[in-house]
This record gives sequence, C-alpha cells and structure tokens, in this order.
Amino acid sequence: MTEVHPPSATAVDVTAAELPEQAARLLGGGARLAVVAAHHDLDSIRVVYLFTSGPPDQRTELHLRTNAARPVVPSLAAQSFPASRFEREMHDLYGVQPENHPLPRRLVRHPHWPSGWYPMRADAGPRPSLSGAEPFPFVTVEGPGVYEIPVGPVHAGLIEPGHFRFSVVGETILKLKARLWYVHKGIEKLFEGHPADQRVALAERVSGDTAVGHALAYSLAVEDALSITVPAPAQRARAALLELERLHNHVADIGAICNDVGYGIAHAHTQRIREQLLRLNRDTTGHRLLRGGVFPGGAHLLTVPDPAAVTAIAGDIAEIVAVALDNTLVRDRLTGTAILGTRQATDIGTLGYVARASGLPFDARVAHPHTGIDDLAVPVHRDGDVLARFLVRAEEIRASAALLAALLPTLTAGTVTAGVRQPRADRPASGVGIVEGWRGTVVHRVEAQPDGTLTRVKIVDPSFLNWPALPVALADTIVPDFP
Amino acid sequence: MSAWVTAAVQAVLVAAVAPLVIGLMRAVRARLEGRAGGRLAQPWRDLRKQLRKEPVIPADAGMFFTAAPVVLMATSVLVAGAAPYLSTAGPLPGVADLVVVVGLLLLGTVALALAGLDTGTAFGGMGASREMTIAALVEPTLLLAVFALSTRVGATDLGAIVAAGATDPARVFTPAGALAAAALAIATLAEAGRLPVDNPATHLELTMVHEAMVLEYAGRDLALVEWAASMRLTILLGLLANLFIPWGVASGAQPAALVLAAGVFVVKLAALGGLVAAGEVFVAKLRLFRVPELLAGSFVLGLLAVIASSVLA
Repeated sequence: MTEVHPPSATAVDVTAAELPEQAARLLGGGARLAVVAAHHDLDSIRVVYLFTSGPPDQRTELHLRTNAARPVVPSLAAQSFPASRFEREMHDLYGVQPENHPLPRRLVRHPHWPSGWYPMRADAGPRPSLSGAEPFPFVTVEGPGVYEIPVGPVHAGLIEPGHFRFSVVGETILKLKARLWYVHKGIEKLFEGHPADQRVALAERVSGDTAVGHALAYSLAVEDALSITVPAPAQRARAALLELERLHNHVADIGAICNDVGYGIAHAHTQRIREQLLRLNRDTTGHRLLRGGVFPGGAHLLTVPDPAAVTAIAGDIAEIVAVALDNTLVRDRLTGTAILGTRQATDIGTLGYVARASGLPFDARVAHPHTGIDDLAVPVHRDGDVLARFLVRAEEIRASAALLAALLPTLTAGTVTAGVRQPRADRPASGVGIVEGWRGTVVHRVEAQPDGTLTRVKIVDPSFLNWPALPVALADTIVPDFP
Repeated sequence: MSAWVTAAVQAVLVAAVAPLVIGLMRAVRARLEGRAGGRLAQPWRDLRKQLRKEPVIPADAGMFFTAAPVVLMATSVLVAGAAPYLSTAGPLPGVADLVVVVGLLLLGTVALALAGLDTGTAFGGMGASREMTIAALVEPTLLLAVFALSTRVGATDLGAIVAAGATDPARVFTPAGALAAAALAIATLAEAGRLPVDNPATHLELTMVHEAMVLEYAGRDLALVEWAASMRLTILLGLLANLFIPWGVASGAQPAALVLAAGVFVVKLAALGGLVAAGEVFVAKLRLFRVPELLAGSFVLGLLAVIASSVLA
C-alpha cells in the first residue's frame, strides 16, 4: 500500500463581485461545495467557501470578507442548492445576509429564538429569553380531499426528534416539509478556545453513529492545520476503524428496513450480528461505538480484530440479505419506493449511499484518500429506490469486509503517534479533513492560533445535505409505504 | 337455563384465553426468529397494568370515543357467548346466526373506526379510513366462506353447521370445504389485523391500520380495546377451528362434556395460533394498495366454495 498525504487547500481571497464568477468556474469544473463557514474576526466577518474535487484530491477555498456590523454576501443559491442551505445556516448563526436568496427563512434556529441574536458571533453574549412560539411556515397544499398529517417531533420509535408535515390526498403524498434541528447542540461553539489536541472527544460525540468519521475528519483537519505528519500504520488503523463503523451501522440499517416492512426475522438476526460487531469494537478500542481509537497525530488499538471473524460476519450478513431479497413481499415493498433520480440527487448535492444508489459514484475514500487503498469497490446503483439503497448498503458491507481483510493483517495493537508538534509558523493556521463516513462524506474545517488553540471548527455532516432529498424522493409515494 | 350457563362459560373462557393466545403467538414468533421473547402471560400483565391506570380522553373527543371500547367489548363478549365454541346448543339461536355474528363483529369495527375519526387527529382518521377499506372487503368473504358450509346444512345457524360437521366430518373435507377454509383464514388475518395486512408490532405511525385508530386511548380504555381485539382474534380462530376441525364440541350442556370441549378448544386455538405466528415469520407487510388484491382473491375463493358446494353437492 502506498502512502498518501492529503493536500492542503489553496486559499484565494475574493471580493463580493468576484465570488459568483469564481464559484461558477469551480462548480463547472466538477468541484462540489463542501463547506461554507463564517468566521468572526476582529472587525470583519470572513466567509470561507471550500470547493473540493477528486481524484486527484483538490481543495480550493475562496475567502470573502464583509463588514462585521452589517455582513452581506452574494447568494450562491442559484448555482448550488447546498450553498442555499449553508447560507441559511450562516444567517441564523452569524447574521450574514445572503443577497438575493430565494428562500431566506430560518433553518437551524427555530422561530421562537430571539431575532437579532447570533450565537456564533464573538460578541453574542448570553442568550436573551426565548419569545413565544411562532408558526411553522410551510406551503399549504389546497384542493379537494387534501389533508395534512403532522408527525413528531416526538415519535413512537427511538429516533431523534423531527417534525414532518405531510400534505396528502387519499394516501398519496403531495408534499412533505421536514423541520429538524430540535436538538441543535451548538457543538461548533464548544470547540472554540480549547487546545486542538484535547477536543477529539467532542468531535467523537458530534454524532453517536459516526464517532470514527467525525474524530477522523477532525484529526485530519487539525493535522493539516498544524502540519503534523501521521505515520502510515496509524493511517491504516484509522481506515480499518472507519470500515468497522460502516459495518455496524449498515447492518443495523438493513435490519431496520426489513423491520419497517414487517419482516421481523431479518431484523432479529441483524441485531444479533450488530451485537457481535459492537463487542468486536469494544475489544478493538475499548468502546462499543469505537470511541477512543482516533486522535490528532495517531491512532490507538487495544487489539487487532481477527480478519477471519470479520469475513465470517460479512458472510452471515450476505446470507440475511439474500434471504430478505428472496422474499417476494419484501422485494415488492422495496422496489420502486421513494425514487430519487440521478438528476435530483446531483442537484441536491446528496452524499454517501443515498448518492451512490442514485447513480453518483462519489466516494471520499477514492476522491480524498488519507491512506493508500488498493482496489476499493464502490458499488453504484442507478434506480434510486429503497431497493437500490438497500443493495448499496449490502455491497458496501462486502467491500468493507474485503478492505478489512486486507488492512487488518498489516496492523499491530498499541498506540502509533507522531506526537503533537508545536506548530511552526506564527500565523493562524487552517486545515481541512475529509472522510467518507458511513452516511456519506464528513468534512471538518478548523482554524487555530499559532499555539494550537482552536478559534473555529466548522462541521459538515452528510445528513445536512441528504435530508432535503427525502421530500423529493417521497413525492407520489403513498403514506403507508413510507420507508 | 343450562344453555345460559354454557354461554357464560364460553364468554369467560374466550376472554381468559384471548390474551394468552396473543402471548403464545408472540412467543412462537420470537422463538422462531431466534429471540428470547416475553412470557406467555405477558399480555395479561399488560392488561392488568393498564386497567389500574386512569383513561386520558383527548379534549376534542366526543361520545364515540368514550363509547367505542365498551361497544367493542360488548359485541366481542356477545359473540363469544353465542357462537358454538364449547357446545352447539347455545342459549340464543338467533344470535348464533352467521349473519348476526358477522354483523356484530362489523359493529365493533365501525365503533372503533368512528372513535378514530372522533379524536380529530390525522392518524385516527387515516387508520379509520384504512380499516373501513379493509373491512368492506373482508366482511363479504367471511359471509361467503361460511355460506359455502351452510348450503349443505340448509341453515345459517352456526350451531347447526358445526353440529352437522361434528356428526358427519366427511361433509367438511370436500373441495368446497378446503376453499372455504382458505378464504376464511385470509379473512381472519385481515380482520384481526395480522401480517401481511397489518403489522401489530410496528412503531411507524404512518403505516399503522388498527394501531392508528387506538393511538389516543390510554389506561382502562386502552386495556378494554386491546382485550377486545385479542378476543376478536380468538373468536375468529375459534370459528375457523370449530367449522373445519369439528371434533370435540359438546352437543348439550353436561359439565363433563363442557370441560372436555374446553380442553379440546384450547388445544385447537393453540395449534392455530402457533400456525399463524409461524406463518408470520415468513411474510412481510403488503403494500396497502396490494391488500385489496389479496382480499379479492380470498373473496373469489369464498365464491368458488359456494359454487362448488351447491353444484357438486
């Protein structure tokens, strides 16, 4: 396996007038808008637009400065749907006005939060008291027989809160409006002012199911910012942990899909396998969700999992998948349900298995590798229905198991670290980490002072970009088939 | 007088056994799926717990909501007492009539659907609309399947049909009988809200049928609804058992015969319940718009049974 070092981003300062043109050039060249992050410097708000593409791994940043007292940026919503979401988030947290935004509504801060108070700004101060609840703005669909179904934010199952407003005629879904961010934790703010090498535990807790993905993206970003070179064995250990995380999440998802169509036996067996994987994880890093394995500068393994055990588990999963798909009732429920077309998936900027089930072959392990991986099979399906997403998950399990079978024999237990070096330059440093987590591409961008104190961490979870695909995929699906 | 005693014994037996049937089905399914599962009497424990809690009634709900659990329970108890489970000599020959039994079951269904609408929530309405769609397709099948058996006997009285079957089992094991049994089995699954028509174990609000209608119930009311729902499953399985496995049903009200009949009835129920649970392991829930196809199929089976029994007789 070859050693790979992720390149640092090229930063370009732009003016408000140049931004749309530069963005159009980058997007036209096949790059995707991975991050839009605002930064409150002393007297200005600096907005960083990170465009990434690969392979070959390329990262370009556009930096735009605007007045902190009245921050305005030109909206890129017309060019990129993800940009419109980032701009709404930026408006809620920093008060940056996107000019000519088609839908400048609140996104992450619900309407009962005080207006004019922007929590991420350096001068935000304590939170004013919350105002009374304001109505949830959604488009009312009118017509004979159209009614609305409000669901959540409290659900019957053990899932995170989210409010969904279905507009339905008969049983067919006309429109779905989702409202999320009920549990916005303000994690980005919690990073600020702490030493970069001591905040990996917080990164692991960004999302419980993506502990490795977020810890690794954070670590890569810190290493990029502070110019730390990580030894190859540590990078391989990290790659193995990432695949272990993919395995336990994908198998749980496969079981959940089967359970939701009433095929309980597959669910029972995937739960059994997931438990085996979680115990394997506990032996590997000391934590069932693989916390504690990745940190800036290196990786830590208590034991190296037995490759034969992983291969056997993957075989077990393949059998369950085959049994489930041989059941005509299960296959019928999955086929043709909630189709997300390739064009729609591209426009929304979906990532991960959602994108790969809709014909987009993007995978950060190929586009932005942090370690050399030979022969990674990236499964792609074109149908965009639940069956395609089910199959992509199943095939990714096989690919992950094959990758683990190749990686694990090269690993040894113990800690491999470069040691966190004191940074060399006396100017603030920035770094980007890109990782293919199990739900899709996780991106972290950090900025730190010369002594390694974090000044800003921007986290982009793939679900931020995947959620808008749900209402699109559900149009014309009937309510009782809700996947 | 003794016929009334029989009816009371039947009603108590069905009411007592019904939660155990559910418990058995869950246990069988759990074992077959490789899970440990709950204990047999768990549904009884749940009922006891809920019966101790006060019901919470939604602010917008009206009389249909409060009346439905009672109506559902009353119709279930009436059918359990009247239909020929232990003895073919019931106290209410008129009530044991096929059309009356199906009508009583439908009355319970409609009461619950109205209660679902009465809450004014989207889920209640959704569940009610789905339930009525299914009920409209199931009830004719129930009627037809039993008609196929009644043409031989020349009466729609269930007691007479079961008695005729018990005296001459050869009448039951005919092509018409087999067709009718298949039709009645499918109708039973649909009416009782089992897979593949409805998933009683789901937590997805949007896919529910029966569960969506009863979402707003709590405490004693919920206990009544769930108890009655389990009784309805037992009633239908019991009918299926006694119509197509007609042995062991007493013809009078002698205590010894009744005890024997009760034992046989419980064994039959356990066997059928176990069979249904085992079958559920292998199926998933149908798409809602495919359910009418399944039920239309069962209706055709019932129709063929009627034709076969009158033509081939």
